Amino acid sequence: MEKKYYNPEIELLPREELKNLQLKKLQKIVRKVYNKVPHYRKKFKELGIKPEDLKSLEDFKNFPFTTKDDLFVDYPFGLLAEPLEKAVRLHTSSGTTGKPKAIFFSKKDIWAQAKLIARALFMSGATSQDILQNSMTYGLFTGALVMHYGAELLGILIIPAGPGNTERQIELMKTFGTTCIHMTPSYALYVATLIQEKGLKPGKDIKLKRAYLGAEPYSEETRKKIEEMLKVDVFNCYGLSEMGGPGVGFECPAKRGLHIWEDAFYVEIVNPDTGEPVKEGEIGELVLTTLDRTTMPIIRYRTRDLTRFIYEPCPCGRTHIRIERPLGRADDMFIVRGVNIFPQQIESVLMGIKGVAQNYQIILEGYDEMIVKVEINRDFFDGRIERLLKLRDEITEELRKAIQVRPKVELVEPGTLPPSEGKAKRVIDRRTL
Amino acid sequence: MKIKQISVFLENKKGRLYEALNVLAQAEINIRALSIADTSDFGILRMIVNNPEKAKEALEGAGFTTKITNVLAVGVKDKPGGLAEVLKILYEGDINVEYVYAFVEKSGEEALVVLRTNNLDKTIDLLQQKGVKLLDSKTVESL
Repeated sequence: MEKKYYNPEIELLPREELKNLQLKKLQKIVRKVYNKVPHYRKKFKELGIKPEDLKSLEDFKNFPFTTKDDLFVDYPFGLLAEPLEKAVRLHTSSGTTGKPKAIFFSKKDIWAQAKLIARALFMSGATSQDILQNSMTYGLFTGALVMHYGAELLGILIIPAGPGNTERQIELMKTFGTTCIHMTPSYALYVATLIQEKGLKPGKDIKLKRAYLGAEPYSEETRKKIEEMLKVDVFNCYGLSEMGGPGVGFECPAKRGLHIWEDAFYVEIVNPDTGEPVKEGEIGELVLTTLDRTTMPIIRYRTRDLTRFIYEPCPCGRTHIRIERPLGRADDMFIVRGVNIFPQQIESVLMGIKGVAQNYQIILEGYDEMIVKVEINRDFFDGRIERLLKLRDEITEELRKAIQVRPKVELVEPGTLPPSEGKAKRVIDRRTL
Repeated sequence: MKIKQISVFLENKKGRLYEALNVLAQAEINIRALSIADTSDFGILRMIVNNPEKAKEALEGAGFTTKITNVLAVGVKDKPGGLAEVLKILYEGDINVEYVYAFVEKSGEEALVVLRTNNLDKTIDLLQQKGVKLLDSKTVESL
Protein backbone atom coordinates (compact mmCIF):
# COMPACT_ATOMS: atom_id res chain seq x y z
CA MET A 1 0.00 0.00 0.00
CA GLU A 2 1.15 3.47 -0.77
CA LYS A 3 2.44 5.29 2.24
CA LYS A 4 0.23 8.27 3.03
CA TYR A 5 1.87 9.62 6.14
CA TYR A 6 5.53 10.00 6.99
CA ASN A 7 4.90 9.15 10.61
CA PRO A 8 1.29 7.94 10.85
CA GLU A 9 1.53 7.10 14.54
CA ILE A 10 2.29 10.70 15.46
CA GLU A 11 0.41 12.48 12.66
CA LEU A 12 -2.84 10.63 13.36
CA LEU A 13 -2.48 10.50 17.14
CA PRO A 14 -5.92 11.13 18.72
CA ARG A 15 -6.06 14.60 20.27
CA GLU A 16 -6.46 13.32 23.83
CA GLU A 17 -3.26 11.33 23.54
CA LEU A 18 -1.54 14.22 21.81
CA LYS A 19 -2.44 16.42 24.78
CA ASN A 20 -1.12 13.86 27.25
CA LEU A 21 2.11 13.72 25.32
CA GLN A 22 2.33 17.50 25.35
CA LEU A 23 1.76 17.71 29.09
CA LYS A 24 4.53 15.21 29.77
CA LYS A 25 6.94 17.09 27.53
CA LEU A 26 5.95 20.45 28.98
CA GLN A 27 6.53 19.26 32.55
CA LYS A 28 9.98 18.12 31.55
CA ILE A 29 10.87 21.31 29.71
CA VAL A 30 9.59 23.56 32.49
CA ARG A 31 11.70 21.67 35.01
CA LYS A 32 14.70 21.92 32.74
CA VAL A 33 14.57 25.66 32.18
CA TYR A 34 13.88 26.28 35.87
CA ASN A 35 16.88 24.23 36.94
CA LYS A 36 19.33 25.19 34.24
CA VAL A 37 18.55 28.74 33.13
CA PRO A 38 18.93 31.46 35.79
CA HIS A 39 16.84 33.94 33.81
CA TYR A 40 13.89 31.53 33.63
CA ARG A 41 14.20 30.70 37.33
CA LYS A 42 14.06 34.41 38.09
CA LYS A 43 10.97 34.85 35.93
CA PHE A 44 9.25 31.86 37.55
CA LYS A 45 10.00 33.26 41.00
CA GLU A 46 8.63 36.67 40.09
CA LEU A 47 5.32 35.01 39.28
CA GLY A 48 5.55 32.79 42.34
CA ILE A 49 5.31 29.67 40.25
CA LYS A 50 7.21 26.37 40.34
CA PRO A 51 7.60 23.60 37.76
CA GLU A 52 5.47 21.28 39.90
CA ASP A 53 2.53 23.69 39.59
CA LEU A 54 2.06 22.40 36.04
CA LYS A 55 -0.49 19.67 36.67
CA SER A 56 -2.60 20.08 33.56
CA LEU A 57 -2.26 21.92 30.24
CA GLU A 58 -4.71 24.44 31.68
CA ASP A 59 -2.05 25.46 34.25
CA PHE A 60 0.48 26.36 31.59
CA LYS A 61 -1.09 29.77 31.00
CA ASN A 62 0.20 30.82 34.43
CA PHE A 63 3.80 30.38 33.36
CA PRO A 64 5.87 33.33 32.15
CA PHE A 65 6.08 34.38 28.54
CA THR A 66 9.38 34.69 26.73
CA THR A 67 9.60 37.84 24.66
CA LYS A 68 12.15 39.03 22.18
CA ASP A 69 13.71 41.11 24.98
CA ASP A 70 14.29 38.00 27.09
CA LEU A 71 16.50 36.65 24.31
CA PHE A 72 18.89 39.54 24.96
CA VAL A 73 19.23 38.99 28.70
CA ASP A 74 22.58 37.40 29.52
CA TYR A 75 23.25 37.57 25.78
CA PRO A 76 24.38 35.60 23.88
CA PHE A 77 24.67 32.33 25.84
CA GLY A 78 22.38 33.04 28.79
CA LEU A 79 19.38 30.99 27.71
CA LEU A 80 21.32 27.79 27.06
CA ALA A 81 20.02 24.92 29.15
CA GLU A 82 23.02 22.74 28.40
CA PRO A 83 26.76 23.36 28.25
CA LEU A 84 27.85 25.24 25.15
CA GLU A 85 29.86 22.24 23.96
CA LYS A 86 26.58 20.45 23.22
CA ALA A 87 25.69 23.11 20.67
CA VAL A 88 26.84 22.43 17.13
CA ARG A 89 25.28 25.27 15.22
CA LEU A 90 24.36 28.92 15.61
CA HIS A 91 21.65 30.66 13.65
CA THR A 92 20.60 34.25 14.04
CA SER A 93 17.39 35.98 13.20
CA SER A 94 17.10 38.58 10.49
CA GLY A 95 16.94 41.30 13.15
CA THR A 96 16.26 44.63 11.51
CA THR A 97 17.54 46.68 14.43
CA GLY A 98 20.44 46.16 16.81
CA LYS A 99 21.81 42.76 17.78
CA PRO A 100 20.49 39.64 16.08
CA LYS A 101 18.67 37.00 18.12
CA ALA A 102 21.05 34.08 18.63
CA ILE A 103 19.65 30.56 18.55
CA PHE A 104 21.73 27.46 19.29
CA PHE A 105 21.14 23.94 18.06
CA SER A 106 22.52 20.65 19.34
CA LYS A 107 22.89 17.68 16.98
CA LYS A 108 19.65 16.34 18.37
CA ASP A 109 17.88 19.66 17.73
CA ILE A 110 19.04 19.77 14.13
CA TRP A 111 17.77 16.31 13.30
CA ALA A 112 14.54 16.79 15.26
CA GLN A 113 13.75 19.85 13.17
CA ALA A 114 14.83 18.04 10.00
CA LYS A 115 12.36 15.27 10.83
CA LEU A 116 9.55 17.82 11.10
CA ILE A 117 10.47 19.19 7.69
CA ALA A 118 10.70 15.73 6.14
CA ARG A 119 7.25 15.00 7.54
CA ALA A 120 5.90 18.25 6.07
CA LEU A 121 7.49 17.76 2.65
CA PHE A 122 6.12 14.23 2.52
CA MET A 123 2.71 15.60 3.50
CA SER A 124 2.82 17.87 0.44
CA GLY A 125 3.45 14.87 -1.79
CA ALA A 126 7.23 15.07 -2.12
CA THR A 127 9.30 11.86 -2.18
CA SER A 128 12.91 10.82 -2.71
CA GLN A 129 12.27 11.12 -6.45
CA ASP A 130 11.92 14.88 -6.21
CA ILE A 131 14.53 17.51 -6.93
CA LEU A 132 14.36 20.56 -4.69
CA GLN A 133 15.99 23.81 -5.69
CA ASN A 134 16.59 25.66 -2.44
CA SER A 135 16.69 29.37 -3.24
CA MET A 136 16.59 30.76 0.27
CA THR A 137 19.68 32.36 1.79
CA TYR A 138 22.26 29.89 3.11
CA GLY A 139 24.05 31.22 6.13
CA LEU A 140 23.04 32.67 9.45
CA PHE A 141 19.38 32.67 8.41
CA THR A 142 17.60 29.39 9.23
CA GLY A 143 15.50 29.35 6.04
CA ALA A 144 17.80 27.46 3.69
CA LEU A 145 19.90 25.20 5.92
CA VAL A 146 17.09 23.85 8.06
CA MET A 147 15.03 23.05 4.97
CA HIS A 148 18.12 21.52 3.41
CA TYR A 149 18.56 19.01 6.21
CA GLY A 150 14.88 18.08 6.19
CA ALA A 151 14.79 17.51 2.45
CA GLU A 152 17.98 15.48 2.60
CA LEU A 153 16.51 13.32 5.34
CA LEU A 154 13.57 12.52 3.07
CA GLY A 155 16.01 11.55 0.32
CA ILE A 156 15.22 14.47 -1.97
CA LEU A 157 17.98 15.63 -4.31
CA ILE A 158 18.80 19.17 -3.27
CA ILE A 159 20.18 21.89 -5.48
CA PRO A 160 21.56 24.40 -2.95
CA ALA A 161 21.13 27.32 -5.31
CA GLY A 162 20.69 30.07 -2.74
CA PRO A 163 18.91 33.25 -3.75
CA GLY A 164 19.52 35.60 -6.66
CA ASN A 165 21.03 35.23 -10.11
CA THR A 166 17.68 34.44 -11.63
CA GLU A 167 19.11 33.54 -15.03
CA ARG A 168 21.11 30.77 -13.40
CA GLN A 169 18.12 29.69 -11.28
CA ILE A 170 16.12 29.12 -14.45
CA GLU A 171 19.05 27.35 -16.14
CA LEU A 172 19.31 24.98 -13.15
CA MET A 173 15.58 24.27 -13.33
CA LYS A 174 15.84 23.46 -17.03
CA THR A 175 19.04 21.42 -16.89
CA PHE A 176 18.35 19.29 -13.83
CA GLY A 177 14.57 19.06 -14.04
CA THR A 178 13.86 20.74 -10.71
CA THR A 179 10.47 19.61 -9.39
CA CYS A 180 10.23 21.69 -6.19
CA ILE A 181 11.38 25.15 -5.25
CA HIS A 182 11.78 26.79 -1.86
CA MET A 183 11.89 30.61 -1.92
CA THR A 184 10.13 33.75 -0.82
CA PRO A 185 6.81 34.55 -2.54
CA SER A 186 8.08 37.82 -3.97
CA TYR A 187 11.05 36.04 -5.51
CA ALA A 188 8.80 33.29 -6.88
CA LEU A 189 6.73 35.95 -8.59
CA TYR A 190 9.87 37.48 -10.04
CA VAL A 191 11.17 34.13 -11.28
CA ALA A 192 7.76 33.31 -12.79
CA THR A 193 7.71 36.62 -14.65
CA LEU A 194 11.18 36.05 -16.08
CA ILE A 195 10.25 32.51 -17.15
CA GLN A 196 7.27 33.96 -18.96
CA GLU A 197 9.34 36.70 -20.59
CA LYS A 198 11.78 34.11 -21.88
CA GLY A 199 8.90 32.30 -23.54
CA LEU A 200 9.60 29.13 -21.53
CA LYS A 201 6.61 26.87 -20.95
CA PRO A 202 6.02 25.68 -17.39
CA GLY A 203 5.02 22.02 -17.57
CA LYS A 204 7.22 21.54 -20.64
CA ASP A 205 10.53 23.42 -20.44
CA ILE A 206 10.31 23.80 -16.69
CA LYS A 207 8.85 20.86 -14.84
CA LEU A 208 8.03 22.26 -11.43
CA LYS A 209 5.37 20.55 -9.33
CA ARG A 210 5.53 22.30 -5.99
CA ALA A 211 6.65 25.59 -4.55
CA TYR A 212 7.28 26.01 -0.84
CA LEU A 213 6.93 29.68 -0.05
CA GLY A 214 7.50 31.44 3.21
CA ALA A 215 9.43 34.07 5.19
CA GLU A 216 7.24 37.01 4.17
CA PRO A 217 3.52 37.74 4.14
CA TYR A 218 1.62 37.63 0.86
CA SER A 219 -1.94 37.39 -0.29
CA GLU A 220 -4.02 34.47 -1.45
CA GLU A 221 -4.33 36.13 -4.87
CA THR A 222 -0.57 36.14 -5.24
CA ARG A 223 -0.52 32.46 -4.39
CA LYS A 224 -3.04 31.75 -7.16
CA LYS A 225 -1.08 33.91 -9.57
CA ILE A 226 2.15 32.01 -8.86
CA GLU A 227 0.31 28.68 -9.16
CA GLU A 228 -1.04 29.66 -12.57
CA MET A 229 2.16 31.18 -13.88
CA LEU A 230 4.40 28.29 -12.85
CA LYS A 231 1.80 25.50 -13.03
CA VAL A 232 2.67 24.39 -9.50
CA ASP A 233 1.00 23.72 -6.19
CA VAL A 234 2.07 26.39 -3.75
CA PHE A 235 2.42 25.34 -0.11
CA ASN A 236 2.76 27.92 2.58
CA CYS A 237 5.28 27.31 5.28
CA TYR A 238 5.69 29.22 8.47
CA GLY A 239 8.65 29.34 10.76
CA LEU A 240 10.88 31.58 12.78
CA SER A 241 14.47 31.26 13.87
CA GLU A 242 13.51 31.29 17.55
CA MET A 243 11.49 28.11 16.98
CA GLY A 244 14.14 26.47 14.82
CA GLY A 245 13.29 28.00 11.46
CA PRO A 246 11.00 26.58 8.79
CA GLY A 247 8.92 23.51 9.54
CA VAL A 248 6.89 24.95 12.42
CA GLY A 249 3.70 25.31 10.39
CA PHE A 250 3.11 23.69 7.04
CA GLU A 251 0.17 23.31 4.70
CA CYS A 252 -1.18 19.92 3.71
CA PRO A 253 -2.77 19.32 0.28
CA ALA A 254 -6.07 20.73 1.63
CA LYS A 255 -4.30 24.13 1.60
CA ARG A 256 -6.61 25.39 4.27
CA GLY A 257 -4.46 26.58 7.11
CA LEU A 258 -1.10 25.36 8.37
CA HIS A 259 -0.66 22.33 10.58
CA ILE A 260 1.59 22.85 13.54
CA TRP A 261 3.34 19.69 14.66
CA GLU A 262 2.01 19.54 18.18
CA ASP A 263 4.33 16.79 19.29
CA ALA A 264 7.13 19.34 18.86
CA PHE A 265 5.42 22.64 19.70
CA TYR A 266 2.81 23.70 22.21
CA VAL A 267 0.58 26.31 20.59
CA GLU A 268 -1.39 29.12 22.19
CA ILE A 269 -3.09 32.21 20.81
CA VAL A 270 -3.35 35.18 23.17
CA ASN A 271 -4.59 38.75 23.14
CA PRO A 272 -1.44 40.74 22.40
CA ASP A 273 -2.49 43.39 24.89
CA THR A 274 -3.46 41.34 27.91
CA GLY A 275 -1.69 38.04 27.26
CA GLU A 276 -4.95 36.22 28.04
CA PRO A 277 -6.06 33.38 25.74
CA VAL A 278 -8.40 34.67 23.02
CA LYS A 279 -11.93 33.35 22.66
CA GLU A 280 -12.40 30.39 20.34
CA GLY A 281 -11.69 31.32 16.74
CA GLU A 282 -10.56 34.87 17.51
CA ILE A 283 -7.45 36.44 16.04
CA GLY A 284 -4.55 36.89 18.39
CA GLU A 285 -0.82 36.52 18.84
CA LEU A 286 0.72 33.12 18.25
CA VAL A 287 2.64 31.84 21.28
CA LEU A 288 4.88 28.80 20.90
CA THR A 289 6.79 26.52 23.23
CA THR A 290 9.48 24.13 22.01
CA LEU A 291 8.75 20.64 23.32
CA ASP A 292 11.80 18.79 22.06
CA ARG A 293 14.55 21.42 21.92
CA THR A 294 17.45 20.38 24.14
CA THR A 295 20.08 23.10 24.01
CA MET A 296 17.93 26.18 24.04
CA PRO A 297 14.34 25.44 25.00
CA ILE A 298 12.03 28.43 24.83
CA ILE A 299 8.71 28.52 26.61
CA ARG A 300 5.66 30.61 25.70
CA TYR A 301 7.46 32.61 23.05
CA ARG A 302 5.58 35.68 21.88
CA THR A 303 6.00 35.42 18.12
CA ARG A 304 4.22 38.76 17.45
CA ASP A 305 2.54 36.97 14.53
CA LEU A 306 -1.23 37.19 14.33
CA THR A 307 -3.38 34.22 13.46
CA ARG A 308 -6.34 32.16 14.63
CA PHE A 309 -7.00 28.49 15.22
CA ILE A 310 -8.94 26.43 12.71
CA TYR A 311 -10.73 23.85 14.81
CA GLU A 312 -12.53 21.76 12.20
CA PRO A 313 -10.87 18.40 11.63
CA CYS A 314 -8.69 18.50 8.53
CA PRO A 315 -9.73 16.41 5.51
CA CYS A 316 -6.15 15.10 5.37
CA GLY A 317 -6.82 13.15 8.56
CA ARG A 318 -3.98 14.62 10.59
CA THR A 319 -4.96 15.52 14.12
CA HIS A 320 -2.47 18.33 14.61
CA ILE A 321 -4.09 21.75 14.95
CA ARG A 322 -4.18 24.19 12.07
CA ILE A 323 -3.65 27.91 12.20
CA GLU A 324 -4.64 30.51 9.65
CA ARG A 325 -1.67 31.66 7.61
CA PRO A 326 -0.17 34.54 9.64
CA LEU A 327 -0.60 37.73 7.66
CA GLY A 328 0.06 40.40 10.20
CA ARG A 329 2.17 41.28 13.19
CA ALA A 330 0.91 42.05 16.66
CA ASP A 331 2.89 45.27 16.45
CA ASP A 332 0.49 46.34 13.71
CA MET A 333 -2.46 46.31 16.10
CA PHE A 334 -4.11 49.67 16.66
CA ILE A 335 -6.94 50.92 18.80
CA VAL A 336 -9.83 52.98 17.45
CA ARG A 337 -12.60 54.15 19.74
CA GLY A 338 -11.42 51.66 22.33
CA VAL A 339 -11.53 48.66 19.99
CA ASN A 340 -8.43 46.58 19.21
CA ILE A 341 -8.11 46.18 15.47
CA PHE A 342 -5.63 44.26 13.34
CA PRO A 343 -5.01 45.13 9.69
CA GLN A 344 -5.47 41.41 9.05
CA GLN A 345 -9.14 41.68 9.99
CA ILE A 346 -9.63 44.45 7.46
CA GLU A 347 -7.74 42.47 4.87
CA SER A 348 -9.81 39.32 5.26
CA VAL A 349 -13.05 41.32 4.88
CA LEU A 350 -11.77 43.08 1.77
CA MET A 351 -10.57 39.87 0.19
CA GLY A 352 -14.09 38.48 0.40
CA ILE A 353 -15.66 41.35 -1.53
CA LYS A 354 -15.92 41.30 -5.30
CA GLY A 355 -14.81 44.49 -6.98
CA VAL A 356 -11.94 45.14 -4.60
CA ALA A 357 -8.29 44.87 -5.65
CA GLN A 358 -5.74 43.56 -3.17
CA ASN A 359 -4.22 46.79 -1.89
CA TYR A 360 -5.63 48.89 0.92
CA GLN A 361 -4.50 51.43 3.47
CA ILE A 362 -5.79 52.45 6.87
CA ILE A 363 -5.49 56.07 7.91
CA LEU A 364 -6.23 57.24 11.43
CA GLU A 365 -6.69 60.94 11.90
CA GLY A 366 -8.45 63.70 13.78
CA TYR A 367 -10.14 62.42 16.92
CA ASP A 368 -10.21 58.70 16.30
CA GLU A 369 -11.45 58.82 12.74
CA MET A 370 -10.65 55.75 10.70
CA ILE A 371 -10.40 55.92 6.93
CA VAL A 372 -9.96 52.79 4.85
CA LYS A 373 -8.68 53.41 1.36
CA VAL A 374 -9.52 50.57 -0.99
CA GLU A 375 -8.39 50.07 -4.55
CA ILE A 376 -11.17 49.07 -6.89
CA ASN A 377 -10.72 46.28 -9.36
CA ARG A 378 -10.17 47.53 -12.92
CA ASP A 379 -12.74 45.13 -14.35
CA PHE A 380 -15.34 46.16 -11.81
CA PHE A 381 -15.58 49.72 -13.13
CA ASP A 382 -18.43 49.95 -15.62
CA GLY A 383 -18.78 53.73 -15.71
CA ARG A 384 -21.77 53.84 -13.36
CA ILE A 385 -21.56 55.80 -10.16
CA GLU A 386 -24.32 53.81 -8.40
CA ARG A 387 -22.27 50.64 -8.68
CA LEU A 388 -19.33 52.30 -6.95
CA LEU A 389 -21.50 53.80 -4.23
CA LYS A 390 -23.04 50.40 -3.60
CA LEU A 391 -19.59 48.86 -3.35
CA ARG A 392 -18.52 51.55 -0.90
CA ASP A 393 -21.58 50.91 1.27
CA GLU A 394 -21.06 47.17 1.16
CA ILE A 395 -17.42 47.51 2.27
CA THR A 396 -18.39 49.91 5.06
CA GLU A 397 -21.07 47.57 6.37
CA GLU A 398 -18.94 44.42 6.18
CA LEU A 399 -16.10 46.17 8.00
CA ARG A 400 -18.45 47.46 10.67
CA LYS A 401 -19.71 43.93 11.27
CA ALA A 402 -16.15 42.59 11.53
CA ILE A 403 -14.50 45.24 13.71
CA GLN A 404 -17.42 46.96 15.47
CA VAL A 405 -16.27 50.35 14.25
CA ARG A 406 -17.75 52.12 11.23
CA PRO A 407 -14.88 53.37 9.10
CA LYS A 408 -15.06 55.93 6.31
CA VAL A 409 -14.36 53.97 3.16
CA GLU A 410 -12.70 55.71 0.23
CA LEU A 411 -12.46 54.06 -3.15
CA VAL A 412 -9.22 54.79 -4.97
CA GLU A 413 -7.76 53.97 -8.34
CA PRO A 414 -6.02 50.62 -8.77
CA GLY A 415 -2.25 50.76 -8.52
CA THR A 416 -2.12 53.90 -6.39
CA LEU A 417 -1.58 52.34 -2.96
CA PRO A 418 1.65 50.64 -1.86
CA PRO A 419 1.49 46.95 -2.93
CA SER A 420 0.64 44.35 -0.31
CA GLU A 421 3.86 42.39 -0.82
CA GLY A 422 6.70 42.58 1.66
CA LYS A 423 6.67 44.99 4.50
CA ALA A 424 4.34 47.68 3.16
CA LYS A 425 2.99 50.05 5.77
CA ARG A 426 -0.72 49.40 6.13
CA VAL A 427 -1.60 51.81 8.91
CA ILE A 428 -0.85 55.50 8.96
CA ASP A 429 -1.62 57.13 12.28
CA ARG A 430 -2.04 60.90 12.09
CA ARG A 431 -4.23 61.28 15.15
CA THR A 432 -3.68 64.29 17.31
CA LEU A 433 -4.42 63.20 20.85
CA MET B 1 -27.19 55.12 -33.59
CA LYS B 2 -25.27 54.51 -30.38
CA ILE B 3 -22.03 56.34 -29.89
CA LYS B 4 -19.09 55.51 -27.68
CA GLN B 5 -18.37 57.35 -24.47
CA ILE B 6 -15.26 56.89 -22.43
CA SER B 7 -15.58 56.95 -18.62
CA VAL B 8 -12.61 57.39 -16.31
CA PHE B 9 -12.58 56.57 -12.60
CA LEU B 10 -10.89 59.40 -10.72
CA GLU B 11 -10.08 59.41 -7.06
CA ASN B 12 -10.32 62.69 -5.29
CA LYS B 13 -6.67 63.67 -5.43
CA LYS B 14 -5.13 66.97 -6.34
CA GLY B 15 -4.16 67.20 -10.00
CA ARG B 16 -5.73 63.92 -11.02
CA LEU B 17 -8.17 65.49 -13.49
CA TYR B 18 -5.37 67.51 -14.99
CA GLU B 19 -3.28 64.35 -15.36
CA ALA B 20 -6.06 62.57 -17.22
CA LEU B 21 -6.63 65.48 -19.59
CA ASN B 22 -2.91 65.86 -20.10
CA VAL B 23 -2.64 62.22 -21.17
CA LEU B 24 -5.34 62.90 -23.76
CA ALA B 25 -3.60 66.04 -24.93
CA GLN B 26 -0.34 64.12 -25.41
CA ALA B 27 -2.20 61.53 -27.44
CA GLU B 28 -3.76 64.31 -29.51
CA ILE B 29 -7.29 63.38 -28.60
CA ASN B 30 -10.00 65.95 -29.14
CA ILE B 31 -12.71 66.17 -26.52
CA ARG B 32 -16.19 66.84 -27.94
CA ALA B 33 -18.20 66.70 -24.75
CA LEU B 34 -17.29 66.29 -21.11
CA SER B 35 -18.95 65.92 -17.74
CA ILE B 36 -17.92 64.95 -14.25
CA ALA B 37 -20.08 63.06 -11.79
CA ASP B 38 -18.62 63.33 -8.35
CA THR B 39 -19.03 62.18 -4.78
CA SER B 40 -17.02 63.35 -1.77
CA ASP B 41 -14.10 61.04 -2.47
CA PHE B 42 -14.18 59.95 -6.09
CA GLY B 43 -15.59 61.00 -9.41
CA ILE B 44 -16.26 59.74 -12.89
CA LEU B 45 -15.08 61.73 -15.86
CA ARG B 46 -17.24 61.08 -18.92
CA MET B 47 -16.22 62.17 -22.38
CA ILE B 48 -17.07 61.94 -26.03
CA VAL B 49 -13.82 62.09 -27.99
CA ASN B 50 -12.78 61.86 -31.61
CA ASN B 51 -11.07 58.49 -31.09
CA PRO B 52 -12.39 56.56 -28.07
CA GLU B 53 -10.21 53.46 -28.56
CA LYS B 54 -7.04 55.50 -28.79
CA ALA B 55 -8.11 57.54 -25.76
CA LYS B 56 -8.71 54.35 -23.77
CA GLU B 57 -5.33 52.96 -24.72
CA ALA B 58 -3.53 56.15 -23.75
CA LEU B 59 -5.34 56.48 -20.42
CA GLU B 60 -4.87 52.85 -19.43
CA GLY B 61 -1.24 53.07 -20.43
CA ALA B 62 -0.94 55.86 -17.88
CA GLY B 63 -2.59 53.73 -15.19
CA PHE B 64 -6.14 55.06 -15.36
CA THR B 65 -9.19 52.86 -14.97
CA THR B 66 -11.53 53.35 -17.88
CA LYS B 67 -14.63 51.91 -19.49
CA ILE B 68 -16.23 52.49 -22.85
CA THR B 69 -20.02 52.54 -22.78
CA ASN B 70 -22.75 53.32 -25.28
CA VAL B 71 -24.71 56.57 -25.15
CA LEU B 72 -26.77 58.61 -27.60
CA ALA B 73 -25.94 61.96 -29.18
CA VAL B 74 -29.17 63.87 -29.59
CA GLY B 75 -29.77 67.02 -31.57
CA VAL B 76 -32.20 69.34 -29.80
CA LYS B 77 -33.64 72.67 -30.93
CA ASP B 78 -31.43 75.48 -29.71
CA LYS B 79 -34.25 77.44 -28.11
CA PRO B 80 -36.02 77.46 -24.73
CA GLY B 81 -37.74 74.14 -24.11
CA GLY B 82 -35.69 72.28 -26.69
CA LEU B 83 -34.28 69.70 -24.28
CA ALA B 84 -37.50 69.52 -22.26
CA GLU B 85 -39.32 68.41 -25.40
CA VAL B 86 -37.00 65.42 -25.76
CA LEU B 87 -37.21 64.52 -22.08
CA LYS B 88 -40.99 64.62 -22.25
CA ILE B 89 -40.95 61.90 -24.91
CA LEU B 90 -38.82 59.73 -22.65
CA TYR B 91 -40.97 60.46 -19.60
CA GLU B 92 -44.10 59.45 -21.47
CA GLY B 93 -42.31 56.38 -22.79
CA ASP B 94 -41.49 55.38 -19.20
CA ILE B 95 -37.75 55.61 -19.73
CA ASN B 96 -35.34 56.68 -16.97
CA VAL B 97 -32.58 59.11 -17.77
CA GLU B 98 -29.32 58.18 -16.06
CA TYR B 99 -27.51 61.31 -17.11
CA VAL B 100 -27.39 63.99 -19.75
CA TYR B 101 -24.73 66.55 -20.62
CA ALA B 102 -23.98 68.98 -23.43
CA PHE B 103 -21.56 69.03 -26.34
CA VAL B 104 -19.34 72.02 -26.89
CA GLU B 105 -20.22 72.12 -30.59
CA LYS B 106 -23.47 72.68 -32.33
CA SER B 107 -24.64 70.78 -35.37
CA GLY B 108 -26.13 73.34 -37.73
CA GLU B 109 -28.95 75.02 -35.83
CA GLU B 110 -29.17 72.28 -33.20
CA ALA B 111 -27.57 71.96 -29.83
CA LEU B 112 -26.12 68.55 -29.08
CA VAL B 113 -26.52 66.56 -25.87
CA VAL B 114 -25.20 63.23 -24.65
CA LEU B 115 -27.95 61.03 -23.28
CA ARG B 116 -27.78 57.83 -21.29
CA THR B 117 -30.96 55.98 -20.27
CA ASN B 118 -31.85 52.67 -18.71
CA ASN B 119 -32.91 51.33 -22.13
CA LEU B 120 -31.00 52.71 -25.10
CA ASP B 121 -32.72 50.61 -27.80
CA LYS B 122 -36.18 51.66 -26.71
CA THR B 123 -34.98 55.27 -26.47
CA ILE B 124 -33.70 55.16 -30.06
CA ASP B 125 -37.03 53.79 -31.33
CA LEU B 126 -39.07 56.39 -29.48
CA LEU B 127 -36.95 59.38 -30.48
CA GLN B 128 -36.77 58.32 -34.09
CA GLN B 129 -40.55 57.86 -34.23
CA LYS B 130 -40.91 61.45 -33.01
CA GLY B 131 -38.44 62.75 -35.55
CA VAL B 132 -35.71 63.67 -33.05
CA LYS B 133 -32.29 63.73 -34.66
CA LEU B 134 -29.71 61.20 -33.45
CA LEU B 135 -26.10 61.47 -34.61
CA ASP B 136 -24.07 58.39 -35.53
CA SER B 137 -20.52 57.90 -34.37
CA LYS B 138 -18.98 59.00 -37.66
CA THR B 139 -20.73 62.36 -37.48
CA VAL B 140 -19.77 62.84 -33.84
CA GLU B 141 -16.13 61.96 -34.41
CA SER B 142 -15.83 64.44 -37.27
CA LEU B 143 -17.45 67.34 -35.45
